[in-house]
Amino acid sequence: MAAARRKRLAVWKFASCDGCQLSLLDCEDELLALAEQVEIARFLEASRATISGPYDLSLVEGSITTARDAELIREVRRVSRALVTIGACATAGGIQALRNFKDVREFASIVYATPAYIATLATSTPIAAHVPVDFELRGCPINKRQLLEVITAFINGRRPDTPGHAVCIECKQRGTICVMVARGVPCLGPITHAGCGAICPSFARGCYGCYGPADALNIESLGQAWLRAGVPRGDVMRVLRSFNAGAEPFSKAALDYEDDQS
Amino acid sequence: MLPGETAIVAAAALSDLLHEISRLGYTLVGPTVRDGAIVYREIHSAEDLPAGWTDVQQPGSYRLARRADSALFGFAVGPHSWKQFLHQPAVTLWHAQLADQGAVTFAAEPPERKRLALIGVRSCELYAIATQDKVLIGATYSDPHYAARRAGLFVVAVNCTVAGGTCFCVSMKTGPKVETGYDLALTELIDDARHELFIEAGSERGAEVLERVPRRPADGRAREAAEKAVRATAEMMGRQLETEGLRELLYANLENSRWDEVATRCLACANCTMVCPTCFCTTIEDHTDLGARRAERVQRWDSCFTTDFSHLNAGSVRSSIKSRYRQWLTHKLASWIDQFGTSGCVGCGRCITWCPVGIDLTEEAAAIRRTDLRSQTGREA
Ligand code: SF4
Ligand code: SF4
Ligand code: SF4
Ligand code: SF4
Repeated sequence: MAAARRKRLAVWKFASCDGCQLSLLDCEDELLALAEQVEIARFLEASRATISGPYDLSLVEGSITTARDAELIREVRRVSRALVTIGACATAGGIQALRNFKDVREFASIVYATPAYIATLATSTPIAAHVPVDFELRGCPINKRQLLEVITAFINGRRPDTPGHAVCIECKQRGTICVMVARGVPCLGPITHAGCGAICPSFARGCYGCYGPADALNIESLGQAWLRAGVPRGDVMRVLRSFNAGAEPFSKAALDYEDDQS
Repeated sequence: MLPGETAIVAAAALSDLLHEISRLGYTLVGPTVRDGAIVYREIHSAEDLPAGWTDVQQPGSYRLARRADSALFGFAVGPHSWKQFLHQPAVTLWHAQLADQGAVTFAAEPPERKRLALIGVRSCELYAIATQDKVLIGATYSDPHYAARRAGLFVVAVNCTVAGGTCFCVSMKTGPKVETGYDLALTELIDDARHELFIEAGSERGAEVLERVPRRPADGRAREAAEKAVRATAEMMGRQLETEGLRELLYANLENSRWDEVATRCLACANCTMVCPTCFCTTIEDHTDLGARRAERVQRWDSCFTTDFSHLNAGSVRSSIKSRYRQWLTHKLASWIDQFGTSGCVGCGRCITWCPVGIDLTEEAAAIRRTDLRSQTGREA
């Protein structure tokens, strides 16, 4: 077969901690093989050299929090054949979406010496709120095996294998003992999207939902179970308002558990 | 010794017996304490068994507890089942390779020839294995990976001397007394004066192993003591399920409002199906490498509680939790009988204990019976 042109990959960053991009760098063993198959045309975390677009695949990290970002993401979409968001920020707005429930100017006045220098939007929103997205990879941070699976799938034009069921299935597949049942530890696993491999339960702690909502879930019933286990209402609200606070099933359900401090 | 013969072995000599089994080339898998539960994993001697431990089980709750004695098998079934060794969570079925000339070669992944000795298999679990045999080793279609592991088994069964808080084998006629399908069956006899195992050989291999360990003949009194212990277990079932007309009851109640009620509690998390020793459903996923030169197909445990499970071209056929819970319960307790000739439930209670919100299928079935749509008086307002 004639050698096909290597597909061009670009990595973009918006409001984020860089952890998801680091997952790509973390693919040490696979990075060379990846570079053979795709042209890593833009990846500032790894190299300042960039090759201009268009790109076959753009990986987008981070949420939209400034007017400039909101413009740039349209440009990214324009130069990308496929656009895949990586991580909770790009997919749900990230931890910074907590501002969506408050007045961001108040936060800025407490955090910054000269808040007047801060030009920011009132909300932190996921990429899909601004442009069409081809695929959203969950996690805070994403799992590197899943990242490679998604890149491989897009390069080869097939569907990625990233099941949307609950973390519980991963627990059971690896033989981890359920922390809710065997220890009475509150766990978000039954409503959380799989992908991490059930890391937290394997260390005897509850899942805290960093992959966001599973594709089928009953938050109301799990919330009741947490309350029965003695978790204060406000804590149920706070655990739903973390990295995936902006994901609709979580943000809606959190309202049911608001307390005086919220 | 011959199959059917019995002997008494001191509990302290169990390690000898296990050693004789491993000398035949078997990897020992048995109960052991880990991460706050009694799980099944590779063991090396009787030292690894949960001596002096038991479990306290209720819907949605499992706790280890200390026994007053040092019994080796004084607990019920835990979070693991033998399913994870026979019908494994993930199996690569085949791979394909693209050659430079463009030819594609396919190769089935050969079944792993691992010979396992399962130590401490309960009666309900023997029934569960027999149930999976019917599904996975069929006359027309057979899962070669399951069949290979199954063929290589040595089974040391244990008669239950305690029932768990969620056990109901008596209702399902699957226990607690072990009847068939074992190489050796043990009943643990423990009191202030003794700690012994009453052992029955169920096969020639079993008899040969038993012959090689220190033992004494079992008299009528020993047999009576063993039977009495198992009878006592039958009296302490944590749960019961009325099976009379159950299939017809469920078929007639597909529109019972109880399904709506249970759907408010069910998380659709699939834990019940994962821990169930008879649930067999899998999905397959195809993967390629980056260069698209190698592909493989992997089979993974799946569950009727996921939306992908019933995803047809326009979406999931069972989009509500209600429809998925109803599918699960009616398959387990009703349509399984049409399909395979037995109930899909062996009464082990795992789905009750390991449901994070403690949904109890015996209670759900009883609730449907109370509100049977066929009886006017039972109809809910
Ligand atoms: S530990 Fe959490 S994620 Fe794992 S099975 Fe239990 S509830 Fe589900
Ligand atoms: S349905 Fe529940 S009680 Fe019945 S065999 Fe399965 S796990 Fe055990
Ligand atoms: S269901 Fe019966 S056979 Fe199974 S563990 Fe409980 S008592 Fe033993
Ligand atoms: S019955 Fe329990 S274990 Fe099963 S899916 Fe529903 S909540 Fe999960």
